[in-house]
Formats: sequence, structure tokens, C-alpha cells
Amino acid sequence: MATAATAKGPAASGGAPSARRRSVMGTRRWVAGLFLLPALVLLGALVVYPIGYTTWRSLFDKAGSGFVGLHNYASVFSDDSTLTALRNTAVWVVVAPVLATALGLVFAVLTERVSWGTAFKLVVFMPMAISMLAAGIIFRLVYEQDPARGAANAVVVGVHDTFAESSAYPGARPRPNGSLAASGGGSYTTRDAAGEGTAVGLPLIGVPAAKLPAGTADARQATAGPGVTGTVWLDFKPGGGGEPGVIDAGEKALEGVKVEAVRDGRVVASATSGTDGTFSLPASAAGAQLRLPASNFAEPYNGVDWLGPTLVTPAIIGAYLWMWAGFAMVLIAAGLAGVPRELMEAARIDGANEWQVFRRITVPLLAPVLVVVVVTLMINVMKIFDLVYIVAPDTSKDEANVLALQLYLSSFGAGNDQGVGSAIGVILLLLVVPVMVFNIRRLRREARR
Amino acid sequence: MTTVAGTAEPAEPAGPAEARAVPAAAARQSLASRVVARTGGGVLRVLLVLVALFWLMPTVGLLISSFRGPVDIADSGWWKVFTAPSQLTVTNYRELLGNDAVTSSLVNTALITVPATLLVVVIGALAGYAFAWMEFPGRDWLFLLVVGLLVVPVQIALIPVAKLFGEIGIFGDIIGVVLFHVGFGLPFAVFLLRNFFAEIPRELLEAARLDGAGELRLFARVIMPLGGPAIASLGIFQFLWVWNDMLVALIFSNTGSQPVTVALQQQVRQFGNNIDVLAPGAFVSMVVPLVVFFAFQRQFVSGVMAGAVK
Repeated sequence: MATAATAKGPAASGGAPSARRRSVMGTRRWVAGLFLLPALVLLGALVVYPIGYTTWRSLFDKAGSGFVGLHNYASVFSDDSTLTALRNTAVWVVVAPVLATALGLVFAVLTERVSWGTAFKLVVFMPMAISMLAAGIIFRLVYEQDPARGAANAVVVGVHDTFAESSAYPGARPRPNGSLAASGGGSYTTRDAAGEGTAVGLPLIGVPAAKLPAGTADARQATAGPGVTGTVWLDFKPGGGGEPGVIDAGEKALEGVKVEAVRDGRVVASATSGTDGTFSLPASAAGAQLRLPASNFAEPYNGVDWLGPTLVTPAIIGAYLWMWAGFAMVLIAAGLAGVPRELMEAARIDGANEWQVFRRITVPLLAPVLVVVVVTLMINVMKIFDLVYIVAPDTSKDEANVLALQLYLSSFGAGNDQGVGSAIGVILLLLVVPVMVFNIRRLRREARR
Repeated sequence: MTTVAGTAEPAEPAGPAEARAVPAAAARQSLASRVVARTGGGVLRVLLVLVALFWLMPTVGLLISSFRGPVDIADSGWWKVFTAPSQLTVTNYRELLGNDAVTSSLVNTALITVPATLLVVVIGALAGYAFAWMEFPGRDWLFLLVVGLLVVPVQIALIPVAKLFGEIGIFGDIIGVVLFHVGFGLPFAVFLLRNFFAEIPRELLEAARLDGAGELRLFARVIMPLGGPAIASLGIFQFLWVWNDMLVALIFSNTGSQPVTVALQQQVRQFGNNIDVLAPGAFVSMVVPLVVFFAFQRQFVSGVMAGAVK
């Protein structure tokens, strides 16, 4: 469709009326035949004949000898892996073209307003020039799970930690039978109520001393009162010999641990331990139990499992958008150049704001171009193969499966069933038949004019 | 041909190509839109710069990663080089280019791409010329068939062509990969070139014919030179298409004839372990397409516009 609709240049009038264009001075028919021969032979052997063969082959079993009728089609629609592939292809065809077109539209409209719009377009359009293999490798790197290595998770974790407190000491815990006891949800609470005027000790273990930041101060016994005071420290003496529950010389302070005073299930005061591990709570905390909330010990947020079973398809669609939004943008920008500015100006003079101009004038005028772009992308997405094949790791390949990948696997991979493979091929062909018919009818209409 | 200019009716269909026919419209920017552009311009500019950076980031990440050792890559993200620039090294590239399997696959990519491009252009031009300027029975019918084949997915042909190539003994050969690409490149080539050639003024052809030029001479001396722009678009489009292909080569090539895309995809399974090969390999495979892209943007864009339907 896009072909018929957009292939122009000087050939603007597509199928020029054949009646007007007689042969240049009576070429002999066999000469015409010679000019056509290579193309027709190749098209016949590599495109037309295969369509027939594949259709025929799809009616036979795995071995290719037993006629099974439509059984292969039935198994495409009943087998688990092909059903996943069908469903994912449907998601791709519905979601990816629309999103790519929307992005392209926004970019095309916005870049019109800056002088360096061409440079911007070049940047966004560039991924179209590279292979899906290269794009796949690029996005394997981007989607790397470890936030220390994958850019996507580095950003996600960065944003997350800006808004949510990150925990100070994941894995830290009190000694069993010490002064602190687990109080549910990962928090720890003192067994006894804290009195005013005595320094409370909150010893923890489970943090490797080597993991503490360099220059961590030694723990110090808190000075008693006023209010409730105490120390949070790592109750582990390097070299051994320390006494549990007592701040021995050389034991390190745990800075930044949140301490809450809880009375009757309500937090009445809270404080955070300082560089030497000490904290002090107001007098109102006297008689309350001290709790170290779970936020002190939670495992660090590790980002999103982009390529895990649930998100793998959206993640790959993201990579596709990176590649193809530029295509939509360039086509739409070309369409935009032909939209009469007078209409937009008139609307602005009548008091329309930019959004109204966009919504009521730009988009409707561009509608034909948008349809061309969406349909072109749909045809493209239907056959998506490389990107899924490369980006989806083995562990979630089944969940990311699409028709073109399943065709490959069925025909040439482990499936080894060219009957089913052929059936999938025919299904892919049937999906583009409406576009084929549209192309042909459009050409004939132009030829008649 | 439908027209857009001067109509207030939004329903009028307008292909992007028709739109391009009125490039002057882009230059006319109203006073009102200039005012708006200036007030909201700051935010917009920042936003667009951010989007552009966002779009560049993945490629930059690959480029930088390709210059880091495998130990560094396993340990931290590519952005680490901004604080530790000493990590940058060309070792990956030296090893990649010393790896015979990779270098020969790069040669194979060229050996596949160049003939597949030239053949499509020549065969497509011959047929396009015949469709545009010669009389023969069934011409219009045949051309409609070609147009119908434009959107046929390659997947439909994989099984039968593999069988066919096996029977004539070219399965696994470079020639098989080339032929497959030529076959599936032809519908677009014929369509594009026939439409372009049909617009060549009749007088030019008649004048050449009166000078005694034969059919071949007419084709080589008049049609091909005048068809330059369309041939360039087609050539670049086909070149990038074949260079970047993985699926066709995955099936029709073997270890000796595989292009770089196929050689690299074998390493993807052990992604973490092979990243020191994959990152520079992917980048090397991208260099030629990117150079072609930047050198021939205009032709590439019109090629894409004409038919990214494949």
C-alpha cells in the first residue's frame, strides 16, 4: 500500500494510462521478451512458485507424504507455542505501529518549530539504517538486569532511589536471643522498654565489615539522658574476642539507621544514628520500645526485569520503536510540508490554541499519511523476526515468540515440521492479501484516469 | 493526482509524495506560529534535545562498550568510562579483526550485498524499461502481478526455495543467498523503475531512435542515465536491506558463506560471555550502513518513502 501510495518522484502519476504510451517505435516482441526474461524467471522461481508450493505443502504432514487437509492450520490454532506466537503477533500489530506513528507525528510537528529540526530528524531516523541484529545487541546491553551495567535499570533505580529511601544495611540482623527480637515484616524491636537516662545498646550483625564505607567511625557509648539515647553498632570485633552486646574497642558504628520509639503500636518519636552510631530521642520516648524498621534492612531495589517472561514483549517493542519511529516521523514530516499553512493561521487568528490546531486541523489533514504509515508498519511488524530472536534471552524466548520466529523454529529449528511451518507462512501471506488487493486496485484506478 | 493545496476539506487524500511536491509551503511560516515558537520555544528545545540524547544513548552505549575490556563490561556500565577513561582499549577490535571467522564473514557480507544490489538494479531496470516503453501482449496484466507481489512476505518462500536450492546444488552457497535477495528485491525494483522510466519524455527516446540507436543502446545511453535518481534510491535501499539481513542468510548460507549478521547471532546465546566480540562486531557491521546512510540521506529517504513495505 505504502508503495503504491508513495512511490513517486517524477513518476508522480503512477500508472500512467497505458493507451497514451505506445511502444517506442514498434519494438519487436521477442526483444521485449528478452528484456523481461531475467526478471520473470527469478520472480517465477523464487516468489510465485514458492507461494504455490508452500500452500500445497501446508496440507501435508511433517514428512511431506501424508495428506492431512487443514490439520496443520488446526494445530497452529491449538498448539501452545504457536498460540503464544499468534497472540504476541497480534499485540505487536496492534500496539507497535500505532505507538511508532504517534511518536513520529509528535516529533514531526515539534521539529518544525526549531531551526535544527533536520539534525534532530537525522538522529531519530539513523537507527533505520542499521540491522536488527545490531539493534538487538544494542538493546540487550540497554536491558541488562544489573543496574550497575544496564542503562535502563540504572535510570529506573536512580529515579526510584531518589524518591524512595534506599536501605542502609541490607542483611543486617540482631544476634539471636540478644536485646532485639524480630517484630514482623523485617523489623526488629527491643524486648524491654527504654528508660530515660540509660544508654540503650542496639547491636547488629550480618554486615561484612569490609562492606562498610571506608572511614566508618568506631562505635561510641552514648551519653545518658536527657531523653532516650543509645548506640547502633556492628557487634563484631575484627580479630575476634569481643563480648556480644557490649561495645568493644574497635567495633564499628552503623550510621544512618532509623530508630523508632513505639508505644502501644504507635510511633511516638524517631531518630537516625549519627557517625558514631549514637542517636537520641526526646523524653517523650521514655517507656517505649525501640524499633528498627524494615526499611533499614531491605534488599536494594534492583530495577525492572525487562527481559523476564512478563515484560519481554513490551521491551522488544520498545527497541522496535527506537528503530522505526524515525520512519514514521520522516513520512509524516513530508506530509506536513504540504499542509496548507493558511488553515492553521486562520484557526490561530480565530483564537484556537496550539493543541486545538494540532487536534482539529493538523491531524485530520494528515490522516491519509497516517493511515499509510500505520499500514506500512503493520506489514513490517507482522514479519518481525530478528529483533525477537536476538533480544529475547533463552529463558523467555517462549513468552516472546512471534509468528515469523515460530515459522523459522517449526521449519528449520527444533520443531522440524515443515507442514506447520508452511501453514504459518500461508497465514502470514493471507494477512497481507488485503494490502495486495488495495495496491492493485489503486494502480488500476490510476491507469483508468 | 489528488491535490492538497487550497482545499479546506480534510478528507482529501494526500500521499506524502504529493505533499513533497509543494516544498515551498515549509518555508512559509506564519507570524503567529513564529510568536508561539518563541514563547514556548525554550521548553520545546530542551525537550527535543533530551529526546535526541535519549535516541543516541543506546548506540553510544554500544560504541563505548566495544572499547572496554570484558572484565570491565562485566563489572560496570559503559558510563563508567567518564570517570575512568583509562578503561578504553582497542583490544576487542584487535582480537575481532584477528578472528578469521569474523573477517571472512565480513567479506561474505560484501560478496552477498554487492552482487545482490547490482543484479536487482540491472534486471529491474531491464524489466522496468520493457514495462514502460514496449508493447507486448499481457503487459498490463503482468505488471499488476508484479505490484501484487510487492508485499509478499519472504517467509512464504523459505521452505520451497531451500528445497529448490538443495536440488540444484546451491544450498549453502553465496549465490543462493544472492539469488533469494534478488528475487524478493525485484517486485519493488520493477515497480519503482517502471514508474520512473514512464515519465521520461517521449521525445528524448524518439530522438535517440532517429539517430539509429538500438534497443540496448537506448537502454544504456538514455534510460539508465536519466533514471539516475530512482536507480540511486533503489540501489541504496536494496544495499542496506541485504547488508542488514539475517533471516535469509541464516537459512541459505553455511559456515563458509555466512555473512557477519549470522556469524554474530551465534554468539548471542552466551551474551554476557561474548560481549567483547558482540559489541565491536555489531559496531563494525554498522559502519558501512551508517556511512551509506549519512552520505546518501536524500536517496535513502526517498527509497524508504517509496517502499519500506518489505
